[in-house]
Amino acid sequence: MNDTFKITIDGKEIEARQGQTIMDAADAAGIYIPRLCSHPDLKPIGSCRVCTVVVDGRPQAACVKPVMDGMVIENDTPAVLQHRRNIIDMMFVEGNHFCMFCEKSGNCELQALAYRFGITAPQYPFQFPEKEVDGSHPDILLDHNRCIMCARCVRASQELDGKNVFQSIGRGFHRKIGVNGEKELGDTDMAVSDRATEICPVGCIIKKRVGYEVPIGQRIYDKAPIGSDIEEVHP
Amino acid sequence: MTKKIIIEPVTRVEGHGKVTILLDEAGQVSQARLHIVEFRGFERFIQGRPYWEIPVLVQRLCGICPVSHHLAAAKAMDGIVGVDKLTPPAEKIRRLMHYGQMFQSHALHFFHLVSPDLLFGFDADPLERNVIGVARKFPYLAVQGVMMRKYGQEIIKATAGKKIHGTGAVPGGVNKNLSIEERDGFLKDIDQMLAWCRASLQIAKDYTLEHIEELADFGSFDSNHVSLVRADGAMDLYHGNLRAITATGEKIFDQIDYQSYFKYIAEEVKPWSYMKFPFISSLGPENGWYRVGPLARINACDFIDTPEAEAARKDFLSITDGKPNNITMAYHWARMIELLHAGEKIRELLNDLDLQGTDLMAKGERRGESVGLIEAPRGTLFHHYKVDENDQVTMANLIVSTTSNNTPMNLAVEGVAKKYLSGAEITEGLLNRVEVAIRAYDPCLSCATHAMGQMPLVIELEDAAGNTLDRRVRD
Repeated sequence: MNDTFKITIDGKEIEARQGQTIMDAADAAGIYIPRLCSHPDLKPIGSCRVCTVVVDGRPQAACVKPVMDGMVIENDTPAVLQHRRNIIDMMFVEGNHFCMFCEKSGNCELQALAYRFGITAPQYPFQFPEKEVDGSHPDILLDHNRCIMCARCVRASQELDGKNVFQSIGRGFHRKIGVNGEKELGDTDMAVSDRATEICPVGCIIKKRVGYEVPIGQRIYDKAPIGSDIEEVHP
Repeated sequence: MTKKIIIEPVTRVEGHGKVTILLDEAGQVSQARLHIVEFRGFERFIQGRPYWEIPVLVQRLCGICPVSHHLAAAKAMDGIVGVDKLTPPAEKIRRLMHYGQMFQSHALHFFHLVSPDLLFGFDADPLERNVIGVARKFPYLAVQGVMMRKYGQEIIKATAGKKIHGTGAVPGGVNKNLSIEERDGFLKDIDQMLAWCRASLQIAKDYTLEHIEELADFGSFDSNHVSLVRADGAMDLYHGNLRAITATGEKIFDQIDYQSYFKYIAEEVKPWSYMKFPFISSLGPENGWYRVGPLARINACDFIDTPEAEAARKDFLSITDGKPNNITMAYHWARMIELLHAGEKIRELLNDLDLQGTDLMAKGERRGESVGLIEAPRGTLFHHYKVDENDQVTMANLIVSTTSNNTPMNLAVEGVAKKYLSGAEITEGLLNRVEVAIRAYDPCLSCATHAMGQMPLVIELEDAAGNTLDRRVRD
């Protein structure tokens, strides 16, 4: 059986293989589909919905939807882009994201996406929720103000570090990342060398005492917009 | 019956303020108050934040001299990480950033905010007496102002990463050095900048000497002066020890390690202003108030370690026989001496190969409490923090330059009001002069209350019963 076939993204025919997700196939073809919870080293869970594409008329998360022969996918259309923009906007207002002094600025995937989408101010009212800052770990700071509930840390701790430091707890608006300890990160077996420390797309989990060491101009997204690395595969 | 005059908003200063002039039963000025009507509360909401974030966070107090807050906080955080001495490249990069800041801020104040008053006179039509008027009538000066500000801003960008709200200073050092290309770009223009500094100094000096009789009695008064000075008594805008002198130059305290500033300086709160009133503890609130900023620095130091500014300092002090100068409007002359000093320092640093050094960070043993002081464009700036074992800030106290000049600004307004108020009406002449007196201090009112907004001025005149007799607004 031939396991390669064609799918169409925004009118462009590309090659896909059985077992790939839409995101995998698009990445290989140099087509960028924006994403936040997805990470190449982690199993996809389709939680952030930023990678939503329209497949044969229905919205689907590209990071989890397997490709099928002849699929017709909309990625870069006004309706899809607006939908993603709305999701990103909601992430900004549901947390306390102060890019102007955040040490993740320039290296933050949420901020980089906002720039890519041309978001200068959110369209929804700020919620200004009360969030905790957990400084109990000697080498890692957990600032819940900036969490977007992507659960990368939950998966990285389990899948990559063989630990179980983080979990999602609570429901709806009150859902948050909890730690598997008496009460604080300092009670857990987390180590600064864990993959879970550096996998956070925003400034929620950060290494202590190294903020701002990379000067402005040399940070990841100072050089090129997010997604450029994928688009450069087939410029 | 007492009466009250209110001027709101005060224009061409940074921030938002209001002046109230109180009249006594005889219709004479009894008191003037500069109210700061905004409040921000940085000292409270940075509690809980990690200490390394503070130099970047707290500079958001201000868009005019954020570098001062950035560096004062970074100096305090140097102490928190146990670093008492930076590496030479790190200290010189920070100094360059600071002199760039001093350069752009002084140029902004002189050309954009003050020159209209000096060039057109206090009574000129406000439609002409503004920066656009200067650009029309004295285009070469307007260009100078813009180009000098730009030069300082570009230095800030090269050292801090951005012209406003950069990240260059980190606890224990800096995150970048100066490239050869950047250095050469600045060296190319430094001679022009110094020539413009000399010309600006000449304008300020000539103006002061031509109007000396009028200015000696224009919101002027004897005061104490506070400034950082180097161990050998030289002016040092980036680092030094605290010195306080009386109006006649006697030392009140000298070479005080600023880590214990709180033993020497206290703050008083008054119900009508969000801005506190600092004073020298040993003299008490009544007599212990003092001035900071260019005038205080020139008065307090023993010498300036750059030749042209030192010659200008001697020239400046010659009109008071070497004693401290207490004329409020002499701030402008003093500010232009500092502008020249900053220019000379920038030239000196650009020729120093340490700026291309790569040893940018120092390490030390962690501490729980530290103080950072710097001579900001407007005067001595105090940052004081306590940090817990989780690296989170538990206490912050900031005394900004404008706060130290609080009592002096009130006295300057009172002096002007006493001299120029007639009847119960706020005349254009009074409004202008009150603003000119406040502007001499280059107040940054946003900063002083850690507040935000534009700075228009309101003046109100109020009688003893609290009735508003007159009100004028300028924005």
